[in-house]
Amino acid sequence: MYKFVDLKPFRKPVFLKQIHRRTLCLEKEEMGEDEQQEVGYQIDLGNLTAFDPHHQFSSVPDNREDLVKECIAHGTKLIQAVADALFNLPSTEDASGPIVSLPPPSTKLPREKPLPKPKPPTKWEVFAKKKGIQNRKKDKLVYDEQTSSWKRRHGYDRVNDDNDIPIIEAKMTDEPGVDPFAKRRSEKKQRVEKQEKNRLHNLKEASKVGALPSHVQLAATALPITGTQTAPRKVSKDELQNVAGMAATSTASGGKFDKKLAGEKPPKHEKKYRKFLPVVEGSGMGSLEKQQSDKILNKLMAKNSHEILNVGKAVDMYNAKSDKKRRNQQGKSSSTSSKLKVKKSPYKNASKKKSSSKGKSK
Amino acid sequence: MGKPVSVTRISLHKPPPSLTRIRVFIRRQPLLLLQGSTGSLNLANIGYIMLRIKTPKSLRAKREVEKRAPKLVENGKKTLILHGTKTSNVLNDVLTEIYHLKKDNSVKYSRRNDNIRPFESGGETSLEFYSLKTDCSLFVFGSHSKKRPDNLVIGRTYDHHIYDLVEVGVENFKSMKSCSYDKKIAPLIGSKPFFAFIGEGFENVEELKHLKEVLLDLFRGQVVSNLNLAGLDRVYVCTAVSSNKVLFTLCALRLKKSGTIVPRVELVEVGPSMDFVVRRHRIPDESLMKEAMKIAPELIKKKEKNVSKDAIEGKIGKIYVPDQRVGNASLPFTPKGVKRERREAKAKGEDNKHAEKKQKQKQKQHDDASA
Repeated sequence: MYKFVDLKPFRKPVFLKQIHRRTLCLEKEEMGEDEQQEVGYQIDLGNLTAFDPHHQFSSVPDNREDLVKECIAHGTKLIQAVADALFNLPSTEDASGPIVSLPPPSTKLPREKPLPKPKPPTKWEVFAKKKGIQNRKKDKLVYDEQTSSWKRRHGYDRVNDDNDIPIIEAKMTDEPGVDPFAKRRSEKKQRVEKQEKNRLHNLKEASKVGALPSHVQLAATALPITGTQTAPRKVSKDELQNVAGMAATSTASGGKFDKKLAGEKPPKHEKKYRKFLPVVEGSGMGSLEKQQSDKILNKLMAKNSHEILNVGKAVDMYNAKSDKKRRNQQGKSSSTSSKLKVKKSPYKNASKKKSSSKGKSK
Repeated sequence: MGKPVSVTRISLHKPPPSLTRIRVFIRRQPLLLLQGSTGSLNLANIGYIMLRIKTPKSLRAKREVEKRAPKLVENGKKTLILHGTKTSNVLNDVLTEIYHLKKDNSVKYSRRNDNIRPFESGGETSLEFYSLKTDCSLFVFGSHSKKRPDNLVIGRTYDHHIYDLVEVGVENFKSMKSCSYDKKIAPLIGSKPFFAFIGEGFENVEELKHLKEVLLDLFRGQVVSNLNLAGLDRVYVCTAVSSNKVLFTLCALRLKKSGTIVPRVELVEVGPSMDFVVRRHRIPDESLMKEAMKIAPELIKKKEKNVSKDAIEGKIGKIYVPDQRVGNASLPFTPKGVKRERREAKAKGEDNKHAEKKQKQKQKQHDDASA
């Protein structure tokens, strides 16, 4: 059975008064002990600690109980020294007992969290300091002249609500055709946007220094794709310029409704990639529709054919070979004598074309 | 092979994967163009990572977050008590008793944690995570093995990373229940304890010095500036019996009437008593220690200048009065005569100036003409 009753942490314990009375009631005991030398004790009042660095155990008692008794006896002396210092401090009387103001602790112990950094002044604070604007406390209730009653400044049924204005008188400077109510609304929206921008700017400045306000945290929304642990490639200026255009064309509407940043160039290819064949083909044009369908067919056929032959490449090679042949034949049948021919220099190494089985077709 | 067929090769127009990342980087709400809500706004683009501001949505959450934020004057340290893969009966009792001693500012986990090894480099991530979640900067980790029986690792964290560790073995444990004492003097939860450290070992041996600091940190409770003297009822007595053994016991305090204001102190053993055998310890990094021990410059008391205390007269201050400049003092009103004089003098001065200017111009022309 332990004595630690599960009390709520901040309620004053009931025992206090009884103990207090105990100390006052006549339980006289002699101060029989001699005053031990307290010169060697290091007392830290802020922590209620006493440290005796000079004590040595000349002989450790074998019996554990004796050892404990000895320790407690010595401890009593130390605590007496602390209590001396403590009770001699100036105290104020309170209902529950004498209250003493402790000095700060002398043993340094480490903090649990780093020191908070001083936050940089916000844009408004800088401006106010420069101009010497003092911050005035505003009342929650404001007297409204119209209804001659006290209304609150912000919130439900407030003083200068925009929606409550029935009539706006026209000024000489007003343009005809401009809706003053809409104008007020848009102005308010602009003000709100400007304020948001300033707030974000202030937060950004604070986060640069590392002094974000304690309730704000930064969270990563999208982490980089790290399939391989390679460093991300540096992108060139041209690529970046094209990217917006590419991204635009990837959307369903072809990038028509995307918000453009200031200074962004119009995309190279606007709109979607679509090609419509003319309804009526004039003379001089081949049948485009036939070509289109041919193209599609060839692609399909090439995919499904078993002899996967790169026809283009084969064609090129065939053409090249036939050209070469023609050249050789022409060269052989030429009537010019060998004297007038260009002689190959014996010292030059002519690039020898090795015969390969590449061009040989069936 | 038939006749050559002209086939146009078609390349699929697809942006390479790296560029799709950039697309996210540019296209999604660029810096500072906003939509007005506090919740999700893309504030910063650090390389390829998008960051967004997270603010608590309710006032209660905001209060909780602010409680845990770093402050100039900190809250009391909380303790996390947990155990590892295997514990013995003794160790279970020790952990529960420590929890009861520090009931108002500690958290006890009952499950076993297999992956926590405080002294190994990888085995402290779980500890740091728990420390972050429960906002506890002290922890007591108990484990039992053949090599280290009844092992307690007491550690501290700084900024939720491990700061230092002390590993002790528990011997000769005597629990609170076994002590018999008058129930009325039992110490209450949350009372500020006294500490008595006895033995030269606490000064000479490094491990014991470290243990002393850690025990002080663990049991001292909140640092207060005002203390009610009637509520003092606990004493922790730590004796360095040898160079690696510390006897630790909790006693109740009885204040008895003596002739003077200072009452007579009497200690009665109530609480758990055990022997700590120091096994391993890890002292904090030099730079980390320096950073953790920093005191805010605002908290350092500034010396008042030109103030001194005298026994007889009390508080004396010196005031240094600068010399008065009688000639240049601005008078509240200027007599009319002076004003008129000044005006005339000014007018004369301007004429002179004009005259001088004209002369200078003439001279210049003269010079030019002559040259």
